[in-house]
Amino acid sequence: MIHFDNVTKVYTTQKRPALDSVSIDVDKGEFVFLVGPSGSGKSTFLRLVLKEEKPSKGRVHVAGKDLARLSNWKVPHLRRRIGCVFQDFRLLPNKNVFENVAFALEVIGKPRRFIRKVVPEVVELVGLEGKADRMPEELSGGEQQRVAIARAFVNRPQILLADEPTGNIDPATSIGIMKVLDRINRTGTTVVMATHDAAIVDSMRKRVIELEEGVVVRDQTRGVYGQAY
Amino acid sequence: MRAQFVLSEMWIGLRRNLTMTIAVIVTVAISLALFGSGLLVQQQVSHMRQFWDERVSVTVYMCTEVSPSQVCQDSGPATKEDREAIQADLEALPEVSNVEYVTAAEAWQEFQDRFSENQALTEAAQEGDIPDNFRVQLADPNNFESVVQTVQGRPGVDSVHNDQQVLDQFFELLDGLKWAALVVSFVQLAAAALLIGNTIRLSAYSRRRETGIMRLVGASNFYIQLPFLLEGAISGLIGGVIASGFIVAARYLLLDRIQSWFAFDVSLGAGALAYVIGLSMVLGILLCTVSSFLTLRRYLRV
Repeated sequence: MIHFDNVTKVYTTQKRPALDSVSIDVDKGEFVFLVGPSGSGKSTFLRLVLKEEKPSKGRVHVAGKDLARLSNWKVPHLRRRIGCVFQDFRLLPNKNVFENVAFALEVIGKPRRFIRKVVPEVVELVGLEGKADRMPEELSGGEQQRVAIARAFVNRPQILLADEPTGNIDPATSIGIMKVLDRINRTGTTVVMATHDAAIVDSMRKRVIELEEGVVVRDQTRGVYGQAY
Repeated sequence: MRAQFVLSEMWIGLRRNLTMTIAVIVTVAISLALFGSGLLVQQQVSHMRQFWDERVSVTVYMCTEVSPSQVCQDSGPATKEDREAIQADLEALPEVSNVEYVTAAEAWQEFQDRFSENQALTEAAQEGDIPDNFRVQLADPNNFESVVQTVQGRPGVDSVHNDQQVLDQFFELLDGLKWAALVVSFVQLAAAALLIGNTIRLSAYSRRRETGIMRLVGASNFYIQLPFLLEGAISGLIGGVIASGFIVAARYLLLDRIQSWFAFDVSLGAGALAYVIGLSMVLGILLCTVSSFLTLRRYLRV
């Protein structure tokens, strides 16, 4: 599903590569934690998957497509197959829960009937049934992140990228968020989650890829966060 | 769905930057009005040139007993021989298409006919004020030099009067007006383009959250940019509509006033007016849309 082949990324403003000859394979339906300190290259990895950045060297394949050969005007179609969740939720403050989720479908031109049918299903899937007409400011952080997940998942992407989704949320609520992500993963969606949260990684027992200074230092199925190595 | 979404986003953009939108509309309207007026004057000039080219002539006035000029004082009134020699020489010139001899009596009659409604004028003049003259039609009104050279200073010739010279002065004035209007309009159009760029930049900035999400969920570039482009186009359109009002006013208040200096009706038709308005509108909308587009390429990373 995601295939990095000797990928190096050097930002023009920096000398040290953000990613240095990284080769990673993520299969369809996998759940992968991307761990490592700040500046280790986790975000760069996610940006490369979205083709927000181009690799300096090496090849990136996503959902069977070689991104180097994907023309710019086709990038939006790639992004429709990838859902994104961020630490800061990125909800539209002037739209309610339903509208925030529906926005993702509206802007790719889905018909209104389809939106009316699909959005409530996803709102229920993330555990927000009955709260569709709430405004984001009326929701807790955990609930806001659920809305963001619903928006990322409503178009049924093949891949869900989560960049520290529990970074702004207390540990108890984080467990609920992880359950939602796990539920989404069980529908066959590949989930890649960058995180600092050791407790969550340890409790989930999923594949862990650890980056340090742009290099993969560990790739473990059923791993934990801070294992002694 | 799509149309409704795009239109509502566009409307939000216009409303959120209301002051900037007004500034854009005013600038566009002024620049287009100047541009349109310049075009209108140009149309008017070429229209009038065509009209007058068929009618201008060189008039050669002959000496009479009372002519005050030096030539006439020296040689006395034109004789029959002078007249015939001049007529023969004029007709021999290749540039001349027709030579007509008008006696003082005929000229007086014509004068009375033309200004029949202006009694003060016909009463102030009398027969003989307009001397005998040759009316020389030219194949090309610009080739009057040889006619002037042939007759100027000959015995019996009082003066040579060229319609073209009078008209040229007038056309020069109109040409000057036209260029002044066009140059100012281009400066204004450049200012309008920059202003639109700024407005769209503000608009893109105030909606960066929305556009960021649109990008992430895979909205096409066109779909993300469309509300901004329409925002520019609408400003251009409204500016163009206001400018059309100015152009119509210029046509009826300015050009028609100039017309009234002439005894002939050479006013522009509705077609020419529509052409000028249409061109100005298209220019306005294109300018706004293109400058929006160029701004977006810089400020709306895709």
